[in-house]
Amino acid sequence: MPRTFVLPDLGEGLTEAEIVKVLVAEGDVVAEDAPLLEVETDKATVEIPSPLGGRVATIHVRPGDTVRVGAVLVTFDDAGAPVPAPRAAGGNRSSTTVTTAGLGAAPAPSPRPVPPHRVAGVTAAPAAGATGPVPATPATRRLARELGVDLRAVRGSGPGGRVTDDDVRAAAGGAAPAAPAAPAPERPALAKPLAPVGVEPPPLPRFEQWGPVERQPLSHLRRTIAERMTLSATLIPHVTHFDRADITDLDALIQRSLEAGRARGVALTLTSFLLKAAALALREHPQFNASLDPAAGELIVKRYCHLGVAVATERGLIVPVLRDVDTKPLLELQRELAALAERVRGGKATLEDLRGGCFTLTNVGALGGTGAIPIINYPEVAILGVARARPEPVVRDGQVVPRTLLPLTLTFDHRVADGADGARFAAAIVRRLEAPEQLLLEW
Amino acid sequence: MVMGDLVVEVDVAVVGGGPGGYSAAFRCAELGLETVVVDATARLGGACLFEGCIPSKALLHVAAVLDEAERAREFGVDFGAPRVALDPLRTWKAERVVGKLARGLAAVAKAKGVELVSGRAVFEGSRELRVEGEAPQKIRFKHAIVATGSAPSALPGLGPGGDRVLDSTAALELRDVPERLLVVGGGYIGLELGQVYAALGSRVTLVEMLDGLLPGVDRDLVQPLARRVDKRFAKIHLGTKVVALREAGGAVEAGLSSGETLAVDRVLVAVGRRPQGAGLGLETTRAVVDARGFVSVDERCRTADPHVLAVGDVTGEPMLAHRAMRQGKVAAEVLAGLPSAFDNVAVPAVVFTDPEVAWCGLTEPDAVRAGRPVRVARFPWAASGRAATLGRSDGLTKLVADPETGRVLGVGLVGPGAGELVAEATLAVEAALTVEDLAATIHAHPTLSETLMEAAESLLRRA
Repeated sequence: MPRTFVLPDLGEGLTEAEIVKVLVAEGDVVAEDAPLLEVETDKATVEIPSPLGGRVATIHVRPGDTVRVGAVLVTFDDAGAPVPAPRAAGGNRSSTTVTTAGLGAAPAPSPRPVPPHRVAGVTAAPAAGATGPVPATPATRRLARELGVDLRAVRGSGPGGRVTDDDVRAAAGGAAPAAPAAPAPERPALAKPLAPVGVEPPPLPRFEQWGPVERQPLSHLRRTIAERMTLSATLIPHVTHFDRADITDLDALIQRSLEAGRARGVALTLTSFLLKAAALALREHPQFNASLDPAAGELIVKRYCHLGVAVATERGLIVPVLRDVDTKPLLELQRELAALAERVRGGKATLEDLRGGCFTLTNVGALGGTGAIPIINYPEVAILGVARARPEPVVRDGQVVPRTLLPLTLTFDHRVADGADGARFAAAIVRRLEAPEQLLLEW
Repeated sequence: MVMGDLVVEVDVAVVGGGPGGYSAAFRCAELGLETVVVDATARLGGACLFEGCIPSKALLHVAAVLDEAERAREFGVDFGAPRVALDPLRTWKAERVVGKLARGLAAVAKAKGVELVSGRAVFEGSRELRVEGEAPQKIRFKHAIVATGSAPSALPGLGPGGDRVLDSTAALELRDVPERLLVVGGGYIGLELGQVYAALGSRVTLVEMLDGLLPGVDRDLVQPLARRVDKRFAKIHLGTKVVALREAGGAVEAGLSSGETLAVDRVLVAVGRRPQGAGLGLETTRAVVDARGFVSVDERCRTADPHVLAVGDVTGEPMLAHRAMRQGKVAAEVLAGLPSAFDNVAVPAVVFTDPEVAWCGLTEPDAVRAGRPVRVARFPWAASGRAATLGRSDGLTKLVADPETGRVLGVGLVGPGAGELVAEATLAVEAALTVEDLAATIHAHPTLSETLMEAAESLLRRA
């Protein structure tokens, strides 16, 4: 009996992925969990392991293909290696569809348990169960096909586990809340949806009339970035607050600690201190550790503190996420940051590495310049941009003294906070950078 | 004009004008695709309209009227002995029933702009058909939909057997009412036509190779039908094969595997239908036709050739017109780029005998075979007020539900009108309704549909 392996649900509303590499050939006998394919999706390149052992009969995709969740990737047949009995999935159908419950390496254990049902409607316990078709009306099944949702991966919220239209839409967009495992926060009364935003780009002129042009397709990553940035810039009224931090003392502290760090196998950098300062400032200003829910008219304040760090790679910008920055010791933070950046640059980041950020730090000065205004990493509320620190003349107690100044910009969502809030939040970061001993007291 | 050189170019060429073919063509036209139907009989309707569903139901209605008239004596109404005139009966069937529907289909085709091409279509590659017949031509298509249906199977090893041996098509022509009729095959076709001829006055003997009527169908549903057929037919031989047929002096001698020999006037061979996937030139495309003649398709009715789709009996079991019609619409929508799929959970099956037998979804025997735990409710029609008023308490409604979720997985029905009742059951299975949904829906009183609600309630009471 041939069995097919389909692109599993990738979570977070991701509906497609680009095939980067095919790691097996037709006719190969592969072991369970051996790498089959490499796919790139939402900024991560992920190796997909084989869900079973067996002989690869047909490979249905080629590198460069963009495939939707539920699309058949590989067909196995039974010849070859011993195969564990697969769960029958299709009643008396002649082939069995195998999916894996989740993608990417298991995330590092987090001190704060992450509710398993964070992704709306998508769980490891699909409605279909082991036998028979997915319970859903014909119209719902059609909607699922329209939105590219694999019904088998959707948990039904209707009577008898029936998958409803809302379940399908939630699985497609990851938007609607569905059956959270943790108790949902109580909703304030009088919440109202905000007006939607829709902008249709006007047609482009025929550039050929002015000279020769060449059309280049966007890479999957480029397209993802373009979509995210358009979404953020269109949806969020951005405000930027400028400031400078005197990091002369912090710099000295880092220089003094370099040796001690190295002894523990860690190369200390300013970035980990910036993350720490931002995390502690977020505690003081929780409206910046939040996401706006315009449909509900609510601000979702996060009681965890995972920070994204923008990393430039040859393929494009990627933002991996460090967990629980507020509570982690600095050396551990630095060590994780180094490992994460390496995974990202090597194209080995897992989806878990890229999910769940609350606030983003981006170093806009690596190649020079005096500052830049980044775009907020949707659906976060704020992003901190830092430029290159320089020694500059500063007037102190009537004397001009050389100090090391770090230009920084805090860009935030004006729907959520006002200029004064932004100034206070930026000052809270600056204060901690200027007085590193206070940083020490706080953590 | 050089015949055969005429090349027509269309978006969609549908091969076969039966229910699958005309449903596909009509939907294609609605979706703005230029569509032609090529049909060897030069008309829309197919086996269903001309030699299957429709004429057999017309004759079964006549049989029901005869039976009802006879049964009316029970409550004191005597019509006397019926006199059946075959000519008016044949004319009614051919003109008022089949002819009227055929004219209706032709009118719909015209209104929708679907062109009907007469002739036998043979594929010449993935983009072209050769039409053989009175007006040979070539049709270039972007996509073709194969809907060539099925034909009655012959009795293996016995050959044609002369004009006293009929298939279902010939039997429906009703050339005469033989005094003695042998029906070979105890499936739905043999039983339906056997009942027609029995009602018209034939002494019907039925031979079935397997050990029960309606092989494969839930025995709970077959039993009331078997009891009635036992009374109406002269003799039923189960577990018996016909091993020889010989015409002898205006009669046919049938040798049975039991050693017995039967002398009858006509033999109706109703041993199933075979798909018509061979001889279409599909080997010139990438479509795959299996050894039995079925064209392999996926959930979206696509064959292995991106330009060729297939629907209906030629794509597999169950060979039923309503399955073909749904597939036809799916194929058309797939060609129009819509996200349609033939992912139907339940294909209802109806045997239009008296009593009717109908079912959909999972049956109890299938669940047992698959080792799947189910909860089953049986509601005998002896407890139905409506059945009592009809003088027919021999029916049964059977509900198969999932023990965990309470979802309705299947329904079986036997009794007069079961074929209409299965509609609600099919909707329940298709839409994944629960037993509670059925129980809490108001069913008109007094009707036979209440038996579904009653069966659902009895499951809930036991929960």
